Amino acid sequence: MATGAAQAEAAPAASAATATQIEEGRQLYLEGCSSCHGLNAEGVSAADKENSNGPGLIGVGAAAVDFQVGTGRMPLAAPGPQAPAGPKYGELPYDQEQINAMAAYVASLGPGPAIPTAEMLDYEDADLAQGGELFRANCSQCHNFAGKGGALTNGKYAPPVVNSEPVHIYEAMLTGPQSMPVFGERTILPEQKQAIIKFIKTTAEEPNPGGLALGRIGPVAEGIVVWIVGLGALAAVAVWIGVKSK
Amino acid sequence: MSTDSKDLATTDGGAHGSVDIPHKPRRADTDIKAARRAERQVSALFLISALSTIGFVVAYVAFPSDEIITVPVIGPTNASNFFLGLALGVALFCIGAGAIHWAKKLMPDVEEVGARTPIGATPDETAAAAELFEEGADASGFVSRPIIRRSLLTALVLLPIPAVVLLRDLGPLPGTKLRETIWADGVRVVSDVSYLPIRLSDIPVGGMVSAVPENLPEVEEETGTLNARAKAAVIVVRMLPSEIRSQQNDDWSVDGVIAYSKICTHVGCPIGLYEQQTHHLLCPCHQSTFDLADSGNVVFGPAARQLPQLAIAVDEDGYLVARGDFAEPVGPSFWERG
Repeated sequence: MATGAAQAEAAPAASAATATQIEEGRQLYLEGCSSCHGLNAEGVSAADKENSNGPGLIGVGAAAVDFQVGTGRMPLAAPGPQAPAGPKYGELPYDQEQINAMAAYVASLGPGPAIPTAEMLDYEDADLAQGGELFRANCSQCHNFAGKGGALTNGKYAPPVVNSEPVHIYEAMLTGPQSMPVFGERTILPEQKQAIIKFIKTTAEEPNPGGLALGRIGPVAEGIVVWIVGLGALAAVAVWIGVKSK
Repeated sequence: MSTDSKDLATTDGGAHGSVDIPHKPRRADTDIKAARRAERQVSALFLISALSTIGFVVAYVAFPSDEIITVPVIGPTNASNFFLGLALGVALFCIGAGAIHWAKKLMPDVEEVGARTPIGATPDETAAAAELFEEGADASGFVSRPIIRRSLLTALVLLPIPAVVLLRDLGPLPGTKLRETIWADGVRVVSDVSYLPIRLSDIPVGGMVSAVPENLPEVEEETGTLNARAKAAVIVVRMLPSEIRSQQNDDWSVDGVIAYSKICTHVGCPIGLYEQQTHHLLCPCHQSTFDLADSGNVVFGPAARQLPQLAIAVDEDGYLVARGDFAEPVGPSFWERG
């Protein structure tokens, strides 16, 4: 627990952003983000500017920027209940250097969670069984037992997490993007977050010995397939048996 | 009697006109080539079935049980399962399909009316059966030997008593069990799974912790059941104090950190789908939605009551503690709840 606290506190200082990087990030921010988040990242409310209201970004930290822009959620394509993930990593409107610059600019506005370091993301030695237990206690209610995602209210949904980059999984827990709550560094320790990532990544690679996974969402999906496809096939055969031969 | 019903069947059939449609022979009945073709098709289906059966044995030998292959549409799957299922499926299906094809194309194709036989027995048969029964009753001595009759009736009357006595095992009555949890004044609120105590500063605004009482592991060890967990689980969230519109008692939260029972008041599912922007908590079972910024009130779904709130405080070491048990029973309604 002590290490977790130390990491969380040391993190903002660790991102040694240069003044030029911050300045480059500010330019990118003004061009790409300020129309919704305000010229000084103070946020724009719906009352001031219809259809382009965005929350303030002071204190959200570099991790939030890296997650939102790095997964293609921001810049937001259109206002709606959900900010869907964008194109695949590598086909984004910004490259990683630009994302880092914007992250450095937002981090310079106020203290917030930093982008996790490579060391924090090394989940090789993490405890897989504990990761599974933590995932089921904290994540599975929204993201499904196999990480395939699920519905929330009013058109919102928890996206599938199986194909997410480890850094984005970590950042999501750290920053609580959109509807997701924050899972702080001292209630789920960094090594426990690594265990969760290891569980997700291991689950994603599991084969399906029984054939079609059907979203791995269990008996409901399997039941629907049996009722519609299975009984449909039986009905077709029954009709064939009953039809008079020519 | 039997001739009547036969007549009825014939006239009935005639009345519906189904007999009036002239019988149309199948192609295989008139065309020898078509009949030969149908014969070949049926035998081909049977041969495919035979080959598939052999294929089943081959697949059993050929594929180790842990080999994974990628099949289009299905994705990565177990090779042995896939080919065993495929071979057996084809073998069984082709026998059935061949048999039906055979019946439809080549077996006799003549409509026949089957007359029903009367269901009841003849008066003679009924009388004979009654006579036989009486003869047997006399011979057994059921009437002439009253001691046997009465003792048998006594045995039969007493026989259901064990079933009534066993009903006692439905008890004992739950007493206050449904009204109490293991939360008590001063019990620390710890995170589930890792049982870490929680400081106020550990939960950022927008944060959520699935929490249980600190003494839960001991209680589970002692009782060997999950009953205590099923009642005591809570959700601890933090929002800006200004965002809390109402709560069940004004001083039950600390600095925006607020704790509610994790057990849905509808049928008792654990609820965890917390949307931090709206402060809504959604139950995955029947979509009951509770507003944690507004006393845990129901905003949608079949739940009839608000989520019970757990009064919390901070102890002298800075950790979150409960200030007592819930003020009302957690979870779904029950008969005596009131």
